Amino acid sequence: MDFKDSTPEAAFRAKCRAWLEANAERKQRVDELYGRGLGQAEMVEASRAWQACKAHAGFGAITWDKALGGLGGTPMQEMIYREEEGQFLVPRNAFAVSLGMVIPALAAHGSDAQRARFVEPALYGRELWCQLLSEPDAGSDLGMVRTRAERCTDGRDGWLLKGQKVWTTYAQFADFGMVLARTDPDKPKFDGLTCFYVDMHAAGVEVRPIRQASGEAEFNEVFLNEVFVPDTQRIGEVCAGWKVTMTALMSERLSIGGVIPPGLWQRGLALMREAPGFDGAPAIEDGRMRERLAELYMNTQGLWLMQARALTALGRGEAPGPELSVAKIVGARTLQDFAYLAFDLKGQQSMVTSELLGDSWSNVEDLWFGAAGMRIAGGTDEIVKNSVGERVLGLPGEPRTDKGIPFRELS
Amino acid sequence: MNFDFSDEQKQLREALRRFMSKEVTRSLVRMAIDDAGAGQAAWRALGEMGASTMMLPENCGGHGLGALELCLLAEEAGRVLAPLPWLATLGLSAQALLISADEAAQQLWLPRIAAGEASTFAAPLDGQTGELPCFDGQRLTGCSSLVLDGHTATFAVVLARDAHGGECLVVCDLDASVSRTALPVHDAVLPCSRLDFYGTAATRLSCDAGRVLLGVRERAAVFSAFEQLGAADGALAMAVAYARERRAFGRPIGAYQGIKHKLADVYTLNEMARVHCYYAAWALAADAPELGCAAAAARIAATDALSYAAQENIQTHGGMGYTWDMDCQLFYKHARASAVLLGGRHLWSEALVRSLEQTAGE
Repeated sequence: MDFKDSTPEAAFRAKCRAWLEANAERKQRVDELYGRGLGQAEMVEASRAWQACKAHAGFGAITWDKALGGLGGTPMQEMIYREEEGQFLVPRNAFAVSLGMVIPALAAHGSDAQRARFVEPALYGRELWCQLLSEPDAGSDLGMVRTRAERCTDGRDGWLLKGQKVWTTYAQFADFGMVLARTDPDKPKFDGLTCFYVDMHAAGVEVRPIRQASGEAEFNEVFLNEVFVPDTQRIGEVCAGWKVTMTALMSERLSIGGVIPPGLWQRGLALMREAPGFDGAPAIEDGRMRERLAELYMNTQGLWLMQARALTALGRGEAPGPELSVAKIVGARTLQDFAYLAFDLKGQQSMVTSELLGDSWSNVEDLWFGAAGMRIAGGTDEIVKNSVGERVLGLPGEPRTDKGIPFRELS
Repeated sequence: MNFDFSDEQKQLREALRRFMSKEVTRSLVRMAIDDAGAGQAAWRALGEMGASTMMLPENCGGHGLGALELCLLAEEAGRVLAPLPWLATLGLSAQALLISADEAAQQLWLPRIAAGEASTFAAPLDGQTGELPCFDGQRLTGCSSLVLDGHTATFAVVLARDAHGGECLVVCDLDASVSRTALPVHDAVLPCSRLDFYGTAATRLSCDAGRVLLGVRERAAVFSAFEQLGAADGALAMAVAYARERRAFGRPIGAYQGIKHKLADVYTLNEMARVHCYYAAWALAADAPELGCAAAAARIAATDALSYAAQENIQTHGGMGYTWDMDCQLFYKHARASAVLLGGRHLWSEALVRSLEQTAGE
């Protein structure tokens, strides 16, 4: 057992670091953020430019096959790059969905023409994608998608999309979207779905940003009002949409790490040393605070170690263990706890927003709201626990009253 | 990055697991409730597999099996709640001799452990001060009031008070001059005795007793954490098996989220404990400066995991779980005993934070 980089890993780390030193500015503090005050649109533009810069240097998609234009690297190399990049001021990544989910699914299930047309522009930051999956009545139960794709009856070889999507990240900035739509309502719910892509600027596509609890709007409602898509915009076979979607979601699950910002317990300790506790003594001298610091360390370090274990398995050519599935639950709770701790220590001043309190507080606010969202996004805590219970522990499934029943008959 | 046991070590774990599931099982701990010597045959058999040489230097009978292997033995012993003196012998007394660096004493005593004898460490391990026997330079008189596996050990490393009132460590045969009184304990996995010494011949270990005691507690925390981890996995497996089988309202109870989510929570704590245990094993084997921090974290995570797994195993079993006949009670009792043997959770939590403060610097 050891945590050292192997010789090739160390060489890769040095290469990443040297390139980053030459192309980005090193952070002065761990909680320093890129582009404070930038609007969302400007941040997305900056992300496009940074993605282009990375792609030209070969860091655009580290784990992708070389055939797709990736580096053909290992998950460990991806991790090394992220660790290094985390020490530099770079824009918030707008391409996680494009490169981590959509394009891998398109590359696996799409046509040669689609691969030739779309992979490179996404990799070089020229085209941003969103994924049109969730709907008002299809969240955790994603198979209940109601957006219809109906064959055109006017002689055009294509489909008309009608329906509403929701929680679509960056739809307002995206160039294209991958849509999951129902093509055959007479089949059971998972069997009648097909994937397409749409031009987000096509007639009938209407995007309305959702203002989140934090006041920001990263997510959107997307209305598809009789949007025409030619059959060449179908990704994969008709009624194979669930398989395509699973490829996208599994790609997301493989892109491990990056959940917990580095140095979190050190920040907790620093806050406790600065903030007053009882009778003028620093908070760190209070046993209750010390207990919370211990918890913070246990959770952040535990998550890092889980990731280290998964990377070890991948490095040995084995599948990572199922324990990673609970990492998201622990991660979200840890961030929430950290934010509450930071609020407690700051006292009534923390009623005021980061507009007044500055950069490092803006980071606490992000974690505070982000954690609440993280408990829902990509599988709620409850769905994850079902999945752990059933797939990992082998407990019997939830009662499914919708199994084998045509979608049309489900309410 | 290489954060896992090697293939060879995993094979050893498999062999140990097979051994424990055949030769030990939870029926042994039930026998140990009435018969303190119930584990002796299994301990001998385990010794023949090389377990009793773990961490011993080659000139004292060791075969190159180290700290990582001992952690695996602990994990597999915990899974079946093995009432075997591995912790007292290998995890405590051997560690005291190793840390003391007193080579003459090592040459004298460690080969006996390698040959399969059980030994123990008679000292308060919970950070509290207790009554100590007195050592006059040659003989030991007085009492060690709570000694793990004191009834089966053939020799002991004893924390004593010397003629000047200072603390010292001595080693002695537990011969006819020692009176052993088995104490009524909750947990038969960790049986304890009171030892009364009546002029027992002993030799002083040349070492700083306080430093050795701290070192032993730190290392034992790692081994004990692995043992708790194995037990937590054992309790979870028991709860899952029952939840799949037991039916209520027309379905197995494991199909209900009330049970399913609870067991997913148990699983989560176990997995967090596992990685902290592995990290501590690494720190121990590598003699890394992170050991203080890692041992405390493993200790806390594994104590929490076993406490929760054991209590929710009873809850999952319902009324049956509350009976003497079901093994749920064995886990429940072991969870508490193992949580306090090396001192309460709050002490380890404080130890962890002190290490963190040091790591972070001023």
